[in-house]
This record gives sequence, structure tokens and C-alpha cells, in this order.
Amino acid sequence: MTSPRPTPAAAQDSRRTLWLAAMAGAGVMAAVDEIVFHQLLQWHHFFDRATPAVGILSDGLLHAAELLAIAIGAFLLIEQTQRRRLVARWAWAGAFLGMGGFQLFDGIVSHKLLGIHQIRYGVDLLAYDLSWNLSALALLLVGLALYRRARRLERG
Amino acid sequence: MHGSVAAGGASALLAWFPLGLLGLATLGYLGAAGRQQRRGNGWSGWRCALFALGSLLLAVAVAPPVTAWAHHDLRGHMAQHLLIGMLAPLAWALAAPVTLTLRSLPTAAARRLVGALRSLPLRIVSHPIAALLLNVGGMALLYFTPLYAASRHSGLLHGWVHLHFLAAGYLFCWAVLAGPDASPHRLGLRLRLGVLFVSMAAHALLGKLMYGYLWPRGAGHPAEEIQAAAQLMYYGGDLAELLLAVALLWLASAARRESLLTFPPLR
Repeated sequence: MTSPRPTPAAAQDSRRTLWLAAMAGAGVMAAVDEIVFHQLLQWHHFFDRATPAVGILSDGLLHAAELLAIAIGAFLLIEQTQRRRLVARWAWAGAFLGMGGFQLFDGIVSHKLLGIHQIRYGVDLLAYDLSWNLSALALLLVGLALYRRARRLERG
Repeated sequence: MHGSVAAGGASALLAWFPLGLLGLATLGYLGAAGRQQRRGNGWSGWRCALFALGSLLLAVAVAPPVTAWAHHDLRGHMAQHLLIGMLAPLAWALAAPVTLTLRSLPTAAARRLVGALRSLPLRIVSHPIAALLLNVGGMALLYFTPLYAASRHSGLLHGWVHLHFLAAGYLFCWAVLAGPDASPHRLGLRLRLGVLFVSMAAHALLGKLMYGYLWPRGAGHPAEEIQAAAQLMYYGGDLAELLLAVALLWLASAARRESLLTFPPLR
């Protein structure tokens, strides 16, 4: 353990940290979406009557996936920390990429391509869609910058 | 007049019966754990605390005042369901009562019990997928058919419903955790996580269907009460399943650490 860690192991730690943080980040963003928009603001509903069967089934699957992603991601990140193999800058990059990635996926695929639900009903959607997807892009860009910085520092 | 008073007394006595049974089970567990400790075999105090916690949660769920609340209010019924079917079984499964029983029984009886655990019927119902079907299927059957309304009028049926929740909930925790208790199945982590995933989704889906379509129907519950109960099922189910997921991951990582300690990697 006192000898310097070989580079492949370090690279493996970085990759693992990145993916775990991305998983937790995507889960957190999904939870924020569900808590803020489904339950507090109730812009799109806990149960969306406009799109019955597929809507609630996909919501249930999303919900389970989001909870498990947070639980597994957080748990394995804690374990990684305890083994002193967490690389913090890769974790931040992964978290932002995960959050932005989910937000953009939700904004483009669920809202627009599948049309499972819209952000809000009975209003002009353009401003909502723009702010939703631009905030997703901002998160992704932050994640990308952090990713490039982490890679630069790793290569020395 | 006399007859009805006597019947009232008998049913009041019967209402305390599950609590008595729980007390006996808890004393039995703690006594057996104490005996293991005195023999120098060791039995974790945490497991004793978890078993006692499970018993306490069950006792709250079947205490006569809660039963009375659950009888006329769907929210009370749902709180009972969460305690009996999800939280108490998790605490009990983590207390490893089967392992303690196997250690406490004389050898011949323990062998017979191992044989029973390995028997085909038990192996089938304790498979994670079967346990999932029993759990989710039981819920769907209860809330989406006239069964719920019927169970409100028959004490016997009501008792069976609770027993089913407890047994199916325990089987599910037992099968998904695959430890610390001795169990007939030790399946891969991925399969067990997958089953947990489906269970979380199904639970959320059933809660939303109840909320949206106002099930169970025909039992005379007002809409707001059903919706409040469905929300309780949704959030309470989340909490219970999150706890189950954390327990599962914790056990899996402990098992991995242990196997790394006992079997040094081959080079």
C-alpha cells in the first residue's frame, strides 16, 4: 500500500468515480424534477390524466430507477471514499454530466419526442422548453469543463 | 344481552391475541440469543435490537386502537400495511431468525429444518421473482378486486390478509437480501437488484392507480381518504424500499470485503 499506485489502477479509479457520480447525479436530477415539478408545483401531475397507461407506467419505472440510482451511486461513492480511491474532481465532473444529461434527456426525449408529459399545460410552452433545455445545456457544459480539467490534471 | 356481552369480551380478548403471540416470539428469540451468547457462540446485539424493533412495529400495527382506526379509515389500513408488509419484515429478516433457530435446535431437528428449507415448494416461493409476484399480486388482488371490501366484513379473511402481507413481505426481504439469514437461494446481486427495481416501480404504479382511479372501490371510502392513503403507500413504500436497497448494498459490500479477506486473490 505504501508503493505508488500504478497508472492503470488510478485510471480505473477515475473512471469508476466518474460513472458512479454520473449515476447519482442523474438520479438526483430526476428526483428534483419529480419533487419540484410533479409534487410541489404540480405542473405536471403525480398522476397525469392526459396520458393514461404509458404515462404512469413510465413514471413508475422512472421513479424506481431514480431512487435506485441515487441509493447505489451514493452507497458505492461512500465505499470508494472509505477505500481512499475516490477522485474528487472526477466525481464533480460526473455529477454535473449526470444531472445535465438527465435534464436534457427529459427535456428532449420525454417532453418532445415521446410527449409523455409537458412541463406545463394550458400555456405557451416555448419559454418553458427553452429554459428547461438551456439549463440542461449549462449543467452539461459545466460538467464538460470539469471533465476536461480532470483529464488534463491526470495527464500531468 | 348476555350473549353479546360475552361475545364482546371474547372478541376483545381475541384482539390482544396477536400481541401475545408477538411477545412470545420476541422472548423466544432473545432467550435463544442469550443462550448462544452464554455458550460462547456469540450473537450480535444489533440483531436482537432489530428483531425487537420488528416486533415493536408489528405490535403497533396490530394494537387494538390502530386496528380500530384501520377498520374504518383507509389511511389506517395503509399504515398497517406498511408496518406489517414492509418495515417489520425488513427488521426481522436482518435479525436472521432462521439462522438462530438452526443454531438453537438439536442437531436432528435442525437437519429436518434444513431439509424443509431446501424442499421444492419453499425454494419456489422464496425465489425473488416468486416472492415479488406474491407481494405485488397480493396487493393488486386486494385493492383492485372486491376482496378489500369483503375483508372488512369478515374477521377471518382480514386476519388472513394480514398474515399474507407479513409472510409475503418477509419472503421478499429474505429473498432479495439473501442474508444475513440462512436461505435456500443465494442468487446473483444483479438479479436481486433487478427484482427490487421492478418491485419499486410496481409499488409506485399501484399507488398512482389507486390515487387516479380511486381504488379500492365499493368499500365506501371518500375520495380524499383514498388519495391520502395512496400517497401514504407511495411515499411510505419508497422509504421502506430505500431502506431495503441500502441494507442489500451494505450486505453485498460486507460479503465482498469478507471474501477478499478469506480468499486472497490468486496471482
